[in-house]
Amino acid sequence: MGEYRHRLMDYVREEIMPHRFCVGCGCGTVLNAFVNAVEEIGLEPTKMVCVSGIGCSSWIPSPYFRSDTLHTTHGRPIAFATGVKIMRPDLTVVVIAGDGDVSGIGGNHLIHAARRNIDLSVFMVNNMIYGMTGGQVAPTTPSGTKTSTTPHRNIEPAFKVADLVMTAGATYVARWTTYHVFPLMESMQNAMTRKGFSFIEIISQCPDNYGRRIGKPTANDFLKQFRDDAIRINKTEGMSEEQLDKRIVIGKLCDRERPEYVTQLHEIIREQVAAVKREKTK
Amino acid sequence: MEHTAIQSTSAKKHKPAQPFTREEFERVRRVLKKKVQFAQGDVAVAYGALLAGCRFFAGYPITPATETAEIMSRLLPQVGGTCIQMEDEIASVGAIIGASWAGAKSMTATSGPGFSLMQENIGYAAMTETPCVIVDVQRSGPSTGQPTEGAQGDIMQAKWGSHGDYELIALSPSTVQECLDFTIKAFNYSETYRVPVILLADGIIGHTREKIELPEYGDIQIIWRKEPTVPKAEYQPFADDGTKVPAMNVFGTGYHSYITGLTHAETGYPCTDSQPDHHQLVQRLCDKIRDNRKKIIMVERDYENSTRDETVGIVSYGVTTRTVYSAVKTLRQAGTPVNHLRIITNWPFPEQEVAELAGRVNRIIVPELNLGQVYHSVREAVDGRCPVTACGKIGGEMHTPREIIEAINGSAD
Ligand SMILES: Cc1ncc(C[n+]2csc(CCOP(=O)(O)OP(=O)(O)O)c2C)c(N)n1
Ligand code: SF4
Ligand SMILES: [Mg+2]
Repeated sequence: MGEYRHRLMDYVREEIMPHRFCVGCGCGTVLNAFVNAVEEIGLEPTKMVCVSGIGCSSWIPSPYFRSDTLHTTHGRPIAFATGVKIMRPDLTVVVIAGDGDVSGIGGNHLIHAARRNIDLSVFMVNNMIYGMTGGQVAPTTPSGTKTSTTPHRNIEPAFKVADLVMTAGATYVARWTTYHVFPLMESMQNAMTRKGFSFIEIISQCPDNYGRRIGKPTANDFLKQFRDDAIRINKTEGMSEEQLDKRIVIGKLCDRERPEYVTQLHEIIREQVAAVKREKTK
Repeated sequence: MEHTAIQSTSAKKHKPAQPFTREEFERVRRVLKKKVQFAQGDVAVAYGALLAGCRFFAGYPITPATETAEIMSRLLPQVGGTCIQMEDEIASVGAIIGASWAGAKSMTATSGPGFSLMQENIGYAAMTETPCVIVDVQRSGPSTGQPTEGAQGDIMQAKWGSHGDYELIALSPSTVQECLDFTIKAFNYSETYRVPVILLADGIIGHTREKIELPEYGDIQIIWRKEPTVPKAEYQPFADDGTKVPAMNVFGTGYHSYITGLTHAETGYPCTDSQPDHHQLVQRLCDKIRDNRKKIIMVERDYENSTRDETVGIVSYGVTTRTVYSAVKTLRQAGTPVNHLRIITNWPFPEQEVAELAGRVNRIIVPELNLGQVYHSVREAVDGRCPVTACGKIGGEMHTPREIIEAINGSAD
């Protein structure tokens, strides 16, 4: 008998394993869910392009996932992905990056991609911190928290990114946590198979650069919290904003049809090319 | 007048490289209509891009470059290409890099403030060896400056604007026809060397209307990047095949390539902790341009058969060249021998050409629409062989020929 090889190894770049995530980091869970989701829907990695930014979470697809991968500048993966998707509408283009990347420095690209409803799947790993740079406050850090750049306490409110993306016009928006692995996987499948701008906010843990500072040094500390704080969107009726702010609202926040950007762009091209042809034969 | 390395548009018959077929070229020509037109520089840039096979444009409106985006948004769909107005210039460069990897020749156009925003991603294009063209229709700065006035204030930024060591190519057109011709050249260089190429136009030439003549199929050379020929499993996106310019895959064709702005090995994978790997990579990125400087650098020489003692030198580039032509004529009529070196390729800088001029003249002046940029590069290349005088002008107006003549006369010791 040959050596045991996991069936999903074909989807990862084995030659650069083991990965570099810290012990207990949520990035590994997200990679696992992602690879499973891709396999489950039978997506051929050759027909995918993964685009990421800069940060620990950006390493989930690049370099670990074996497809064409564009590891871009900090905050800009959605902009790069827009160019890829427009030129190759036949490819599934997935952006995976951190909360700082997608909602902080890159927030404007996020808003406008959602507004355009361009057919991208954006999986934002929200570990509530700038992990890679060592634990500085992020737009998503809960207020009151001490981080390395808010040593007294964070006086800013945490950004509800999924709500923003929904308002901006995305067709599919969901929020899950690294505790809810199976629904997350399913949600990723939905996101990648439907047309339009899909966004999943994945609440994740950074035990090393965040957990240690706030008294949650292990993955378990976070996962227990995610389990206890999570509340399904369909169970939130009648709850006040104040009550909701203490919870993590999980589930599908929106799922709707809106005209997709690239499809419309290519409609214009077809019309224009045809008009030129008609003129020629006139 | 002697042209170095400029191939006239009607020279040899070239066979355009795939995937830009004759049929596609003819389609562009039909869309552009008349062969001879009266057009603005910004429009000519768009025409040049379409003729070179550009099929993706991303931009953000800014005076005096907006017209290029307007023409591209109207005409690109007619030839099967796409145009998108992004949310800013950072996104514009991001999108053209993405489109380039997805297999399109791609371009953006901007002016000073937008060019400043683009710098990080231009460095990314240099590091990842992504062919793309960035048009900078320069205006007066710093900051918002004079939006509607032309300038030549971004020459140094074009070379040094992003962090770290890298080389790129920058060209300066001085006529509307050259806006068209040099945009085609910009694409060719970009595809040949896998490097971002900057077209350093300016607000004056961008908005000037002049006669242009469109080339026919075969009049111009159209180059497509070198694609990998090795089996997919063996392909390495950054492996030097001896030319220092690696073959480039297109996304979605089964190469599973990994592209990063991090220091990477030939496989593309990050190797950020290794001094030798970083050195090897960045040295190659610089050398692929430096080693080919003879093929890349274009200058125009208008030299006289006079002795060094009696001859003055002028180094010009871009729109300022037009005033210099007139000043040279007047000076010669008045009996002053002049050697005029016009720089077309601002980067890589034509050091040898300038040094050679310095050996033939008793002094050099450098008129430019800034307070001294190329002046510094000229002084460095002249290396003490003769005095060099800056002749800067800012505020949106070009030099008058008289101002240049006075600067020459005033620089005599
Ligand atoms: C323009 C720019 N600014 C700052 C940085 C430094 N930087 C690298 S990663 C990072 C934060 C990453 O945070 P996030 O996106 O949340 O990812 P995480 O590491 O938490 O997964 C920053 C600020 C950079 N690379 N580029
Ligand atoms: S620093 Fe945090 S986010 Fe980064 S790998 Fe470690 S645990 Fe994960
Ligand atoms: Mg983070």
